Amino acid sequence: MAGLSSWGNALHSGEKSYPIVQRRALWFTISGVLMVLSIALLLIRGLTFGIDFTGGSQWVVTGSEVTDTQPALDVATEVLGDAEARATELGLTDGTAIRLQVGDTTQEQQGEISDGLASAYGVTDSDISFDLIGPTWGQEVGAAALQGLVIFLILVTIVMSLYFRAWRMAVAGLAALAHDLLFTVGIYALVGFEVTPASVIGFLTVLGYSLYDTVVVFDKVRENTENVTSQKTFTYAEQANLAVNQTLVRSINTSVVALLPVSAILFIGSFVLGAGTLRDISLALFVGMAVGTYSSIFVATPLEVALRGSEPRIKEHTAMVLAAREAGESHVTVREDGTVQVGALAPGIHKGVAAQPRRKRRGH
Amino acid sequence: MAHATQAARRALVWLTVILVAGGGLLAFGVVTDRTGAAPELALDLAGGRQIILSPVTTDGSEVDEADLQQAVEVIRRRVDASGVAEAEITTQGQNIVVALPGTPDDATRALIQQSAQLQFRPVIEVALGSSVSTPASDATADSGTDAETSATPTPSPSASETSFDRFSASEESSTTPSPSPSASVETTTVETTDAVTDTDGPSSYSWATEELTAEFAALDCTVAESFTGGDTGDPDTGFVACGIDGYKYLMGPVELDGAGIETANFSQESTSTGGFTGRYQVNLFFTNDGGDQFYETTSRLATLASPRDQFAIVLDGVVISAPSVEQGIAGGEARITGTYTAESAESLANQIKFGALPLSLEVQSDNQVSATLGADQLRAGLIAGGIGLILVVIYSLFQYRALSLLTVGSLVIAGTLTYLSIALLSWGLDYRLSLAGVTGLIVAIGITADSFIVYFERVRDELREGRSLPAAVDHAWKRARRTILASDAVSLLAAITLYTLAVGGVRGFAFTLGLTTVIDVLVVFLFTHPMLVLLSKTKFFAEGHKFSGLDPKTLGVGARYKGRGRVVTQGEAMTLAERKAAARAAEREQQDAELSAKEDA
Repeated sequence: MAGLSSWGNALHSGEKSYPIVQRRALWFTISGVLMVLSIALLLIRGLTFGIDFTGGSQWVVTGSEVTDTQPALDVATEVLGDAEARATELGLTDGTAIRLQVGDTTQEQQGEISDGLASAYGVTDSDISFDLIGPTWGQEVGAAALQGLVIFLILVTIVMSLYFRAWRMAVAGLAALAHDLLFTVGIYALVGFEVTPASVIGFLTVLGYSLYDTVVVFDKVRENTENVTSQKTFTYAEQANLAVNQTLVRSINTSVVALLPVSAILFIGSFVLGAGTLRDISLALFVGMAVGTYSSIFVATPLEVALRGSEPRIKEHTAMVLAAREAGESHVTVREDGTVQVGALAPGIHKGVAAQPRRKRRGH
Repeated sequence: MAHATQAARRALVWLTVILVAGGGLLAFGVVTDRTGAAPELALDLAGGRQIILSPVTTDGSEVDEADLQQAVEVIRRRVDASGVAEAEITTQGQNIVVALPGTPDDATRALIQQSAQLQFRPVIEVALGSSVSTPASDATADSGTDAETSATPTPSPSASETSFDRFSASEESSTTPSPSPSASVETTTVETTDAVTDTDGPSSYSWATEELTAEFAALDCTVAESFTGGDTGDPDTGFVACGIDGYKYLMGPVELDGAGIETANFSQESTSTGGFTGRYQVNLFFTNDGGDQFYETTSRLATLASPRDQFAIVLDGVVISAPSVEQGIAGGEARITGTYTAESAESLANQIKFGALPLSLEVQSDNQVSATLGADQLRAGLIAGGIGLILVVIYSLFQYRALSLLTVGSLVIAGTLTYLSIALLSWGLDYRLSLAGVTGLIVAIGITADSFIVYFERVRDELREGRSLPAAVDHAWKRARRTILASDAVSLLAAITLYTLAVGGVRGFAFTLGLTTVIDVLVVFLFTHPMLVLLSKTKFFAEGHKFSGLDPKTLGVGARYKGRGRVVTQGEAMTLAERKAAARAAEREQQDAELSAKEDA
């Protein structure tokens, strides 16, 4: 792993640098295409909402020797007639379970199905879990989540504007956030996973994580560009790019560390257990966190630089720096490919008496 | 530096104090059997039934907080009386969440869902609440002089304030202006209609059938089952029920129900001259029809002897008040006076107001988790968390070498603090850990570890800039601290917003997310940073051992200026100042060369 840390050194000193901010047009195009695809997927395929949102009833039978779904469907047909019913097999850490999902039922029907399932699978009432959701409940849960989202966004805008003393950073952060959410939801539409309250929790966490990650990167950007106008060597964009490069190792480490537990849940949830709270939540988290790291680097910062670029003060400064460079007045290292090396300012060295003024020569 | 060390030691002492205090408190709770060592689990992990109900009014009127609390009270009484232990009934926004452990049957759900009815019934007999206290009175005795009256002439309990309750006409009340439901508010004098015993209507002893009298005699109001409620009886026949004052009542048919009542409130009791008595009263406002009916009833009751001059207000099958009537009350308003305090008056007014609402409880979701499924979900969550934790430890070992021990140590401290907080919250505030909460904890591993990464990467950056380790730690901390606080603030904000606004499982998740964010800050400030300060003084780290994770050589730092005179092997890349100096030196040499050439010439 020394590789990663010496890579980190090169990034820190500016010896190695990725033109992330400079190539922003490319990232914006990629993200734009992904956004359009996500929206298209949402419009065409749409999201599959779980019964928590659509209303309906669901039974889960555990502890049965029978692992066939047919008896469950028979029970549903017997009680409900032709109404649509879905039965799936669920994995458990210990054995399997049968899940039966149907639409709206009356209380008598519910009782009949419970009893029917108990006798069909040879289990007792206490082995049967059920979940009955009224048709308006899902809307209420959704509305509450949406309300929470809007209020959260307003609060975050205020906090970020105050903390960074720059509304542009808040705007860029929120744009990255919207990007992450849209992409994650788009993946759900693509994969066709059910959207359950658990996935909504996942989406909301993605939102928190995305902002958290963006704040860390922006903090470095702010530090690097704090006194940008009082020097004439580097432009705002170059300093911001340095910040992104310098936090790159942190970003990678962080996302790996954050994604490891999530992928553990996703793995256990998807392959060992099958559908359930864990899988629903972890897919949203996995996709969202990965995209969140990407967007803090490739969307948020470039966007922030683009926004700041239109600010007169920064515009003037950039023009000044470039003019000075053109005139050969600034001491910058130019790489072979013609880009300017922007790095952390290394401290000077003690030169001892060499730093003293030279004694004038006498005797001429 | 000595100062930094001291501060670090102090922080570690604080952490120890917190850990010992938390651990001690929990140990005390466990030893004295007040709580378990493991946190209590929510229904989705422990198994049980959760029913979410939302109150719906048929006439579109608003359900306010007080009504909701009343509905919760009614449900709690029913559930407690039905013998289900450890039921939890809470409100979330406009919803009522009923959580029942085990596998309660459908009858329990029906009991919970049933709407509460308010009834006004004339009292025929009153007795102390135990089943043996009064002999059954002669049901056919319809004159005013019955055997029962001599035994307990009036229910004159020593403590109960309701015994002094009486209805009075509203005109006396200056504080409640009449909404003038009827044409005019006039002082009605008591109509001394002849108390013809056989025409007592709903107050007639003939309602006390033999069957009912037997039931009345057998009723024991000292046991919880008698307050199950739900059973409000046939409105057209007599009814027996317990009162919250501990008495039992035998009543006639319903004369007025919740539909006849507009609303109720409470106010200070005032005398006819306008002064306050210091007591409180409950004001009732009737609808037009209700007011007429009430006048008719009170006029009749006023002529009867105690206890038949009493009017029982029955909510959900329990008598909540039984005031006596002195005169017929017209005008659509009445007040109940007695020895009410502000609290008891408010409580009664709320109960009546709640009963007047045409409220039904709609089942929004009904969720039964079997104990097997719950246990399985918990196990899956724990396995996932364990795997995640191990992966994080392995990764950080590769990345940070010996420093990763500090990461692991910090995670262990964070885990211990989280466990203590959840166990204590579960004890003190009845917090229940749900699957969503467990997920929040697992996700928190990553977010907590990120604080260390931000910090360590900062330290490395400072080392790269040529600082000695203690100086780098000091410098890095100042900057990392700000970043950690800012990003944790955003996390906390998300958690609080979600917790306040969301419903259901999201709250459980938001709670653990917020909790772990706070713990993250605690751990970084009280453990990770102080430990790093102390470690940076050790030889192993300060000299940058190659397994320390802070080896300046792997970090690309050549020897740097280390202090007075002790210099410096230069890196390959020249610094700006060096470049300038070199350029100047070259220039000067050139000049010198030119000069000496001139001189030579």
